[in-house]
Amino acid sequence: MKVRVLVSFKDSVLDPQGQTVKNALHTMGYAAVTDVRQGKVFELELVGATRKQAEALVPEIARRVLANPIIEKFDWEILKGR
Amino acid sequence: MKFGVVQFPGSNCDFDTFHVLRDVMKRPTVMLWHKDHDLQGVDCVVLPGGFSYGDYLRSGAIARFSPLMQEVKAFARRGGRLLGICNGFQILLELGLLPGAMLRNKNLKFLCQHVHIRVENARTDFTRAARKGQILRVPIAHFDGNYFAPPRVLRDLETNGQVVFRYCDADGNVTPEANVNGSLDSIAGIRNAAGNVLGLMPHPERASEALLGSEDGRTIFESLILSLEKRTPAGRPAAGKKARHDR
Repeated sequence: MKVRVLVSFKDSVLDPQGQTVKNALHTMGYAAVTDVRQGKVFELELVGATRKQAEALVPEIARRVLANPIIEKFDWEILKGR
Repeated sequence: MKFGVVQFPGSNCDFDTFHVLRDVMKRPTVMLWHKDHDLQGVDCVVLPGGFSYGDYLRSGAIARFSPLMQEVKAFARRGGRLLGICNGFQILLELGLLPGAMLRNKNLKFLCQHVHIRVENARTDFTRAARKGQILRVPIAHFDGNYFAPPRVLRDLETNGQVVFRYCDADGNVTPEANVNGSLDSIAGIRNAAGNVLGLMPHPERASEALLGSEDGRTIFESLILSLEKRTPAGRPAAGKKARHDR
């Protein structure tokens, strides 16, 4: 099974890199963009995990390692497999 | 008393720290390899600056899984003195031995410069050789030194006297301009509630010899030696028997 984990800053945390990208987009004339949040993407290959097991495993991995829960939140999805 | 300096792949202030502890402070000092399991009977563990594991994932995020860090964690829980400098501070945050997290510097620049920090609490094992309000001139060198903690944690840090150093100007004023990396409440260094663990972003080991332009950083190492050898600073009355770690 292949899953994708998306880690980004919590809404309450300033994201200076996202702000810089937003300013660059404005400079280029993309006035429609009102906010940019930057994050990280992880793709995990899981062996022998059922969907139910993945639902327990992936959030645990995200909380313990991939994201720092003090400043970051995460989201995840199954890309391939059952 | 004996110091131990932990080496990770990517540490780059390990030898500077070792040199200052052994040759300047004249105390027995050993290097501790991150893959070992033995703290070799040291009285104080120092996590030096650098880029452990290339800062992969997040600064300090991988170093916390090293075998030796499990020993360091137990050592700290038993009350052992633990000092984290720069990347060492980031590791302590990731380990959960100190509260909060580091964000990228507010101006998105790697900052390598001398700054001033003010001693906010001189009644700690790491600052007892200093005076409250004393201004230290020490260098910083980091990309992720923008201290962040939720409001409740910040309140606790202030209430418990856990904010030990704040960025300030040469006269000791805490201003937005002096807060070069954007840290909340200008925080440059904090300790844990028990008082035996301290992390700071500036590098005291780079300011411990006159030849290098400042000796202000020595006060932190002097304080540790005073605490661990149970001595009092010259010209100051003995603290008497107080709660552990002299809160």
